[in-house]
Amino acid sequence: MDTGKIENIIDKYPSDPSSLIQVLIDIQSELRWLPKEALNLVSKKLDVAMSRIQHIITFYKAFSIVPKGRHEVHVCTGTACHVRGATRVLNAVEGHTGISPGETDQDLKFSLDTVSCVGCCALGPVMVVDGEYHGNMGSAKTEQVLKNYE
Amino acid sequence: MPRINSPAELEEFRKDIISKRDPDKPCIAVCTGTGCLALGAGKVVAALKEEIKKQGLDTKVVDIRETGCPGFCERGPIVVINPEEICYLQVQPDDAQEIISQTIVGKKVVERLVYIDPSNNEKIVHESDIPFYKNQMRHLIGNNIKIDPKSIEDYLAVGGYLALVKALIEQTPEQVVQLVKDSKLRGRGGAGFPAGIKWGFAAGSKEKKKYVIVNADEGDPGAFMDRALLEGNPFAVLEGLIIGAYAIGANEGYLYVRQEYPLAVENVTLAIKQVEELGLIGENILGSGFDFKITVHQGAGAFVCGEETALLASLEGKPGEPKARPPFPAVKGLFGKPTNINNVETWSNIPLILKNGPEYISSIGTENSKGTKIFSLVGKVTNTGLVEVPMGISLRDIIFTIGGGVPGGKKFKAVQTGGPSGGCIPEEHLDIKVDFDELAKVGAIMGSGGMIVMDEDTCMIDVAKYFLEFLSGESCGKCSPCREGITHMLSIMNRISEGKGREGDIELLEELAMSTKNASLCALGGSAPNPVLSTIRYFREEYESHIREKRCPAFVCKDLIAYYIDPEKCKACMICSRKCPAEAIIGAKEQIHVIDQEKCTNCGTCYEVCPPRFGAVTRLSGEPVPPPIPEKERTIVGKSD
Repeated sequence: MDTGKIENIIDKYPSDPSSLIQVLIDIQSELRWLPKEALNLVSKKLDVAMSRIQHIITFYKAFSIVPKGRHEVHVCTGTACHVRGATRVLNAVEGHTGISPGETDQDLKFSLDTVSCVGCCALGPVMVVDGEYHGNMGSAKTEQVLKNYE
Repeated sequence: MPRINSPAELEEFRKDIISKRDPDKPCIAVCTGTGCLALGAGKVVAALKEEIKKQGLDTKVVDIRETGCPGFCERGPIVVINPEEICYLQVQPDDAQEIISQTIVGKKVVERLVYIDPSNNEKIVHESDIPFYKNQMRHLIGNNIKIDPKSIEDYLAVGGYLALVKALIEQTPEQVVQLVKDSKLRGRGGAGFPAGIKWGFAAGSKEKKKYVIVNADEGDPGAFMDRALLEGNPFAVLEGLIIGAYAIGANEGYLYVRQEYPLAVENVTLAIKQVEELGLIGENILGSGFDFKITVHQGAGAFVCGEETALLASLEGKPGEPKARPPFPAVKGLFGKPTNINNVETWSNIPLILKNGPEYISSIGTENSKGTKIFSLVGKVTNTGLVEVPMGISLRDIIFTIGGGVPGGKKFKAVQTGGPSGGCIPEEHLDIKVDFDELAKVGAIMGSGGMIVMDEDTCMIDVAKYFLEFLSGESCGKCSPCREGITHMLSIMNRISEGKGREGDIELLEELAMSTKNASLCALGGSAPNPVLSTIRYFREEYESHIREKRCPAFVCKDLIAYYIDPEKCKACMICSRKCPAEAIIGAKEQIHVIDQEKCTNCGTCYEVCPPRFGAVTRLSGEPVPPPIPEKERTIVGKSD
């Protein structure tokens, strides 16, 4: 882990416990997970107990304490997507990848998560892979899209 | 950019911007909001730029403006060419050549890209004539297609920050609060508390340190109006906030925006930087002696943080757990100081009040609900998108006149308003006036403005279960009525949808719902039972068919349905057997296909892929699956056409 990088992130914010969530968001988006070494550094520099950090990272959905796969799949399960069949899309992704929401497969190829509305309801059901939006998904089309990722 | 020190300098700067712009010069506005971007708007912009170069034109002849969302997401990517206001829909990169050569150079309309009215097949060229837009009242969202959200100059050119001048220079803080009171504007975040009265509480506090906050933690699934405002016109939100800070006497503000909206975070952060450079945020704004600064804070994915006390805890770097009120944030808010929190759409309304007078809002709407409201009209509706309408319009007008009704010839079943705290409204109430009180009377709420249309293929048990599932994941767990109440309601709903429902379950749900509603600490738990109560109220027979007949009339609840291939209709085309992920379809060429019910996982792939001209895959519920036809009768000859 690049300690300098983490220190730079922490130093961007006021050295105060109220910066905790913003610092963790930045580390998560930089490394795509929160390694223990990084959390130790945050705890020391912001003067926040590790128990409090654990509370925060388990409370908020954005954080992960395990490494994410090469491709992050987000199936939108917002209401609009739900009524248009998001469950079937989610089932198809689960079938193809063998993992459930919140999990990463053993080859670190896919991580799967659900998201409650990405705000492009006109395209529902929507699946987002590595930030790229795939609209009007069905179970057959889901397989097609996922096949393209190595 | 110059630093502006007085109203006169601001007007000077504005005049300078406008004088450099030729109102007759063609400008191609392309929506690059999240919806259109997902549909490829980025590539359209690149293709248009490329084509302009290729055809030997340059920025002296035509401008390209990447704008926020005008609302008609269903037909994106959207392109509007000004000054003629020619509206092109579903534009693809390949259309760029024709748009430039025909419309920009040749001044002709590319007819195949314009809207065709499905009722009379008439082509509609101008944006404001399209029925989807024509029947709206677009006070807040109307500017989105006119400005580049990354350019404060664009906002100044349409009269931006005039309202701020009026507030800071011509009005005392007390007068500003009074104007907001007079406008009768109610908060747009959900509860509908009168904004002016709320401001008055914090303004009246003698404390020196106070805060103002924009609640942009738009968590309701299926609602995205705040995202569109922040992405498309962040300057108006900031203008409202600065005015509010002045009225209340706060020198610090926060903008709490959810992290799932990366573009909104980007645009609003850039907007703050530009407003700061201009000196409209900072010290001694416009020479008035008023100082103000804003910090952007990203939410980390917790629905409950939309609740104001939870939001405050999150801003302080703590888990977003609500606190009991009183004390209200106006008395003891962020870091224990008086705080005023309003939603994005509420703040966007403030500049309109200052600029046009409080009557601008109070003259629109019903007795107790004034102004316009943006709804995100989604689900099973033809024109999905954002619609801004006057309060008091009927649901029918929104869904059918503006929204174009239910697509695919399906029957309307219900509309769900207010997100997970709201309720489902059936057809019989479609003529009610949309305002805070009327929606509450039919068991729903206005909420933040999500409006999800459901058709005959939507199972109401599944909808209620969906919201409970969502809320059980999002309940912070602090108080037991919410934590336990939702969990138990969900387990009952689960067994009903699995065909294990018992007599008395409906009554048990009602009882649990009432205790959860009455005893929860915050609005999340207090409103969580609404989807259950409203579906029981209007769709009780659907609960009964699940419980008594083990039948799901909408063919949604997986455990109560089966798929069956009609041997009369099957053409043995092999499409379904090849696509079946469970390998549950027995069949070969010229062999009628049969589903092995033991292996079938009810995923619905076969139903989805069977060509509509065959329509051989059928769904069954509440009745036994017919036995498979004997193997020797399966052979067909020459039928697969």
